[in-house]
Amino acid sequence: MGARSVAIVGASETTKLGVVPDMSQIQLHADAALNAMKDAGLKPKDIDGVATAVETPQQIAHYLGITPSWVDGTSVGGCSFMIHLRHAAAAIEAGLAKTILITHGESGRSRVGQPGRSVPPSSLNGQFEQPFGPFGPPTMFPIPVLRYMKKYGVTHEQIAMVSVVQREWAAKNPRATFKDPITVDDVLNSRMIAYPFRLLECCLVTDGGGALIVTHRDRAKDFPQKPVYVLGTGESVETPMISQMADFTSSRAFSVAGPTAFKEAGITHKDVDHLMIYDAFAHLPLYGLEDLGFVGRGEAGRFIAERNTAPGGKLPVNTNGGGLSYMHSGMYGMYALQESVRQMRGTAPAQIPGAKISVCHGVGGMFAASGTIIFSNQAA
Amino acid sequence: MLEPGRAKPVPTPETQHFWDGTKTGELRLQRCGECSKVYFPPRPFCPECGSRNVSAFKASGKAILYSYVIHHRPVPGFKPPYAIAVVELAEGPRMMTNIVDCEQTPEALQLDMPLEVVFEPMDDTITLPLFRPAKG
Repeated sequence: MGARSVAIVGASETTKLGVVPDMSQIQLHADAALNAMKDAGLKPKDIDGVATAVETPQQIAHYLGITPSWVDGTSVGGCSFMIHLRHAAAAIEAGLAKTILITHGESGRSRVGQPGRSVPPSSLNGQFEQPFGPFGPPTMFPIPVLRYMKKYGVTHEQIAMVSVVQREWAAKNPRATFKDPITVDDVLNSRMIAYPFRLLECCLVTDGGGALIVTHRDRAKDFPQKPVYVLGTGESVETPMISQMADFTSSRAFSVAGPTAFKEAGITHKDVDHLMIYDAFAHLPLYGLEDLGFVGRGEAGRFIAERNTAPGGKLPVNTNGGGLSYMHSGMYGMYALQESVRQMRGTAPAQIPGAKISVCHGVGGMFAASGTIIFSNQAA
Repeated sequence: MLEPGRAKPVPTPETQHFWDGTKTGELRLQRCGECSKVYFPPRPFCPECGSRNVSAFKASGKAILYSYVIHHRPVPGFKPPYAIAVVELAEGPRMMTNIVDCEQTPEALQLDMPLEVVFEPMDDTITLPLFRPAKG
């Protein structure tokens, strides 16, 4: 089982998550990286590959005192880290590196040492989207939702249930930003941000980071932590312009990345014990469940409303509380990966008993990119 | 003239014909001479087949409302709540725009309602294509 030959041997988030005004963005990378190296029993001189996004590999390698022989600066938004892991697997298999560090850090809330995000007015986004008033992800990511709702008869209440269920998971997680229970009425009465989405259907904005250390599976047992094997990986991109998505009811990038990972892993949906779907906004788990083939087209709203993804349900999804309730620094993919690793190590706050396979699915930009990783704690 | 404050497009050599068109009251799309694909946004080759044999033409300006959000927070150049919409042109491509001469409410903004293009200048150099409910 599994086409890939690598395992995660070090994994950690930053020491603090949430509001961390005493750390700059690059220090959030470093704090997570040092924690992950400690987790793996490694020092910077033991690392020979570096991958990161937004910050460059040279910034991170120099800051941490690493001399890499392989780097990857793929920066396609919040799923960059899934894609780094895929590229790292290929590099290790090809003998280009032995021990690769993947880092994320983002001062998304406190904005300390964070490069600004701006859209060049001569880019296609700058010419053909920005003049019409989009202002950040809450005004763009939900643009396809009304079309999806109309096509499949999905209700506002069903989408609100995504937020309700994830808050139930967050309640089990001491590090979650929001833990108090919420109801569908609470969601639908929260402040309107960009119709059809209200505040509780939009992700948090927090500070934090995370890091992973990857090596060949043959070396994995030499490290102190239980190895988490990579079985399958997938990646794709579609368009940087939400208005130009080919299908407003499905992500083409999801539909390439997800099935590629399942094929590599050689597993079927019924093998999956645990699922992470990057939830920057409440509709993403719906698109993810459908594009990855866990449910049929238009069925995800009912599937979630019937509590299949909730605590006690048959397919636990976003068990850390997700970007909606756990944390979301801006590029949440690293935190989804960290939760998959915890579930496979058996150390998650809301541990799924006996879980052997975890699928971790990320999005980058506004449906612009996607990366999928399939993990297992079984050596195959 | 549109209220000032909106992000202003800066045309490139590949998009200049589009912005020249809006200034003269034409919504210009491009069509592939090889595979007949009609596409947007502008580029000097066909995104379907890669052919450089493409030409611009004047679109009908007819569209339907495809999807949208209604933004409730202040943005320079806009009075909230305002809809950020995607319309599907009669010729096939979709584009982002705003809907004018229409209440900015879910009740007034019905998906698939027919629309027609109107041209609103930002200044002497840039005119934006916006859409309003079709008048028949």
